[in-house]
Formats: sequence, C-alpha cells, structure tokens
Amino acid sequence: MPEGVTIEFTNVTKRFGSVEAVSDLSFTVEPGQITGFLGPNGAGKTTTLRMLLGLVTPTAGTATLGGVAYRDLPSPLATVGAALEAASFHPGRSAADHLRIYAQAAGLPRARVGVVLEQVGLGGYASRRVAGYSLGMRQRLGLAYALLGDPRVLVLDEPINGLDPEGIRWIRLFLRSLAAEGRTILVSSHLLSEVQQSVDEVVIIAHGRLIHRGTLASLDMVDSKQVIVDSPNRDGLGWALQAAGYAFRSLRGGVIVDNADATEIGGIAFAAGIPLSSLSQKHAGLEDSFLALVGEEGAL
Amino acid sequence: MKSFGRAIHAEFTKVTTTRLWWMLALIMVLYVALVAGGLTAILGTVGAGARGPVLSDADRAPLIYSFGSSIGYVFPVLLGALVTTSEFRHKTLTPTFLATPKRGRILVAKLVALTVFGGLFGVLAMIASVGAGSGLMAAFGQDAQLGSSAIWALAGRAILAMALWCAVGVGLGVLVPSQVAAIVIVLAFTQFVEPILRFASGLTDWSAQVGKFLPGSASDALVGASFYSLSAPSLVALDWWQGAGVLLAYAVVAAVLGYFTSWRRDVT
Repeated sequence: MPEGVTIEFTNVTKRFGSVEAVSDLSFTVEPGQITGFLGPNGAGKTTTLRMLLGLVTPTAGTATLGGVAYRDLPSPLATVGAALEAASFHPGRSAADHLRIYAQAAGLPRARVGVVLEQVGLGGYASRRVAGYSLGMRQRLGLAYALLGDPRVLVLDEPINGLDPEGIRWIRLFLRSLAAEGRTILVSSHLLSEVQQSVDEVVIIAHGRLIHRGTLASLDMVDSKQVIVDSPNRDGLGWALQAAGYAFRSLRGGVIVDNADATEIGGIAFAAGIPLSSLSQKHAGLEDSFLALVGEEGAL
Repeated sequence: MKSFGRAIHAEFTKVTTTRLWWMLALIMVLYVALVAGGLTAILGTVGAGARGPVLSDADRAPLIYSFGSSIGYVFPVLLGALVTTSEFRHKTLTPTFLATPKRGRILVAKLVALTVFGGLFGVLAMIASVGAGSGLMAAFGQDAQLGSSAIWALAGRAILAMALWCAVGVGLGVLVPSQVAAIVIVLAFTQFVEPILRFASGLTDWSAQVGKFLPGSASDALVGASFYSLSAPSLVALDWWQGAGVLLAYAVVAAVLGYFTSWRRDVT
C-alpha cells in the first residue's frame, strides 16, 4: 500500500459562496518524485490540498490517493503525511504530548513520537510547551506530525513560509533527504525559487485553474527570447534595429531586443557597419517564466 | 471498533495533557467544600439557638452533600465546553481529522471520554461536600448519616449527574464553537437565566410542567435533593431516572445539531 501511491485530482471544483476558489482542476502526481505545486497567494493551493486530505469537501470532482479518497483510507497517517500550517497546536501542550495524541488516535507505536522529534531536530524540546516555540520550531513540529506514520507520501503546504535563511536551508536539505529515501512529495509554494532546487515536476495554478504542468525544465520552453546588445553608436544601432523590424528598449546597460537571436542581431549590425561593444542571448530565468505564466494580475 | 477505542484514548489524553482539567477541578473542590462546610457551620450554630425552621438530621445531610452537584455542576460543563471549543480555537481539528477522518466517530469518542471525566469531577465534588459537611456535622454533634444507604445512593446519582453535565458541555461546545461565546452562555445560563426561569416557572401549574424539564431541574431531580427543593417544597419534579434521561437528551441533541452546523463543515 505505501509504495507507489498516485495522487489524482479529477475535475475538482470548490466554491465558497459565490467565490470559485478552484475551477475544474485535474492533474496527477506520480509516485517517487518531488512535485512543486505553485501559484500566487490566493490561487487555491491550500484549498486544493485540503480537498485531497478530506478536510474540505469539493463542490464537484474527486481527489484520491491510489484511487481511494482520504476519508476511506484504512490507515491515513501511514499512507500520507501532511503539514498544512504552523499553528495547529494547543499552546499549553508539549510537542511530545501533541504527537502522542495523534499516534494514539492512528494506532501508531508510541516510540514514533521520539523518532520523528529527533528527525526534525526537536528532540531536546520534546517536553516544552508549544507556546514557547518559535515559528521555525512550529514548522518543524508540523513536519514531525507529517512523518508520524512514516508515510511514503508527503503533502506540505508552504513549509518555507516565514522561515529565516537558516530555517529555509534546513528545510531544503530535509526535503532532499526525504526524497532520497524515495518518498513522493507534493510541496506548495508561491515562489518558484523556494523549491526550484528540490522539485522534479511542477504544477502551476492561478485563479484556481491549471496553468502549466510538466518537468521543471519544461518551464524553459516558454522562454521569451531576448538579446542584449550595446554599441558606442547607440543611435545608429537603434536605426538599424528599427529598419530590420525589431522591438527594443534602450536601458542603461544596453539595448534589449525582444524575440531575437544573437546571430541575427550581430549580422544586422555588421551589415550596417555599426561596431558592437557587447552582444549576448538572454534566457529568461525560470522565475520569470513562472511569473509570465501566472500573469502579473495573478499575484494578489 | 478498534479505531473507536483508539479515538477515545486520544480524546482522553487531550484532556490530561493540558492544565485546564486540574485547575477547574481544584477550584471546584475548594468552592464546594467552602459552601457545604460553611452552610453546615451556619445550620449548626443556628440550630443551637432554635430560631426558624430546624432541619432534621435526615434532611440536613442530603441537602449539604448535594451541594457537590447543585453548585459544582458548572465545572464539568465548563470542562466539556472548553475542551471542545479549544479544538476550533487552536485549529487542532486539522490534525485530529487527519488522524481519524471519520468525524462522527471522534465526536462520539469525545462525548464518551468527557463523560468519564465528568464522573471523575463528580467523585471529587462529592468528596469535597461530604468531607467538609460530615466533618463539621460531627463537630457540632450531629448525625452525618454516613451509615445510611440513601446517602450513598444520592452520592452515586450526583456523580452520574456530573458526568452527564460534562457531556452537555461537549454538546454546547460543538454547537457554539466560539470559546468566548460558550463561556458566556455557560455562566449566564447557569448562574442567572436558569435560576430565574426555574423560580418563575414554579409560579403557575402549567409552567411548572415545562420548568421541570430545564436542565438544572432535571439534574436536581436526578440527584434527589437540593437547596431549590428546600426553598420551594411543593416543586414539581421528574423521577430521578427521568432527570438523567433529560440531561442525556440535552447533551445528545446539542451534539447532533453541532455535528451538522460546525463539526462536519470544511476545515480551512
């Protein structure tokens, strides 16, 4: 059962009153990979993940794990672990007691509590009340809860949100070590750069709709090609580009030509007898591609 | 069935792992002991002067001992309501529902676990009222009736009443998930609204037939003695088992309504 669980969303829609948070969303997450679930704030990521976990009931469509709805899983915590937000704790309870309660409810051995607390580096704080925890420690406790049943599938909602650089570094290394153990990870983020180093696949949504689905490298395919060129004779360069029908912008560091190839631009300058001081092809970064996909208005 | 037992175990641990239960229990024991002991002392002193009605030994002891539930019942109600509303307040419904996705099962487990806790509160409250009351009665040379089987039956019914009151608190907590609102309702209803309703309903025959179904009246009927029956001896009351049934019905009806209005909803 734990091996090879495919996460599947089929035509999932969720309306809150008149607001459609998620619209007819369909995608699958293959086992054994880290999938980045990306989109701007308010895109419907959290709602989608909560529907997968049976916490929110879809208005239409189904979300399943290995073909089974979360509510029908025989041992949910041993199948999929989830860390959803950094605040699902009673402040007066210790971390160990918090985890012990859910280990009891799920029928997991009590020894798991100590194991997962060590795993996330909270071993020394196990009996301290959660009220005194920093945000980073709460995120770690959330991860410890997700790991309680030693599941092969992990669903993590914005695990990096609000962490300091050291915490971000720790989470990245931790995700990589979990992935190296062959676990399936679905991790959401509103910033591609946060998960870029870890993910194999990306699912991008905006306004509750699927925008892009593919490998991380596939984001490069949607690059808009730009050339950066400069000349001591900028005016002359401008005339030559205009004559050749290129759209360009003149900036302090050079002239940016849209939808162009460096070889062609070099040829045009050569033919016009314009000396060049620099010429290079600019690849828009993955982050730029991501922003281009979700659109400026996508960022709320 | 196995998962149901695990859910009850987990709900029990939830109560024991915060400070709430023993702080409430401590205040309850002090309060009950103070009132039961204080009244015994007053009756003892007044009885010697022989002014006003003098209670017989057979009336005095059950009255004093029943303070454990007749004034102590607000504590198990608060426990049930606070434990339940804190799940909403601290968003612990998320890990709870992830570990046990069958939500109805958790609600029943919570009712069961807290009914047991209410019974424990009942035991502590009776130790406080019987301990303080009988000690002072002995000091005044009165018969504390500790050898009477009727007294021990009363103690048992009072413990049952306290257990059911805790379940009523759970029902209220699911019905009114806002912790502040739940506390205000518990205090306003038990300390102010219900006493007035009970007094007013006793004024006419037909309203007395309705008033006996108020939760406090049902509880007093279950226990079988309280300072209300002393102040209004002709009070219309239910049988003790009917009183238990009415209290249980309050708990179950509130829990079922709460299941549909809050428990089953989306956790966002």
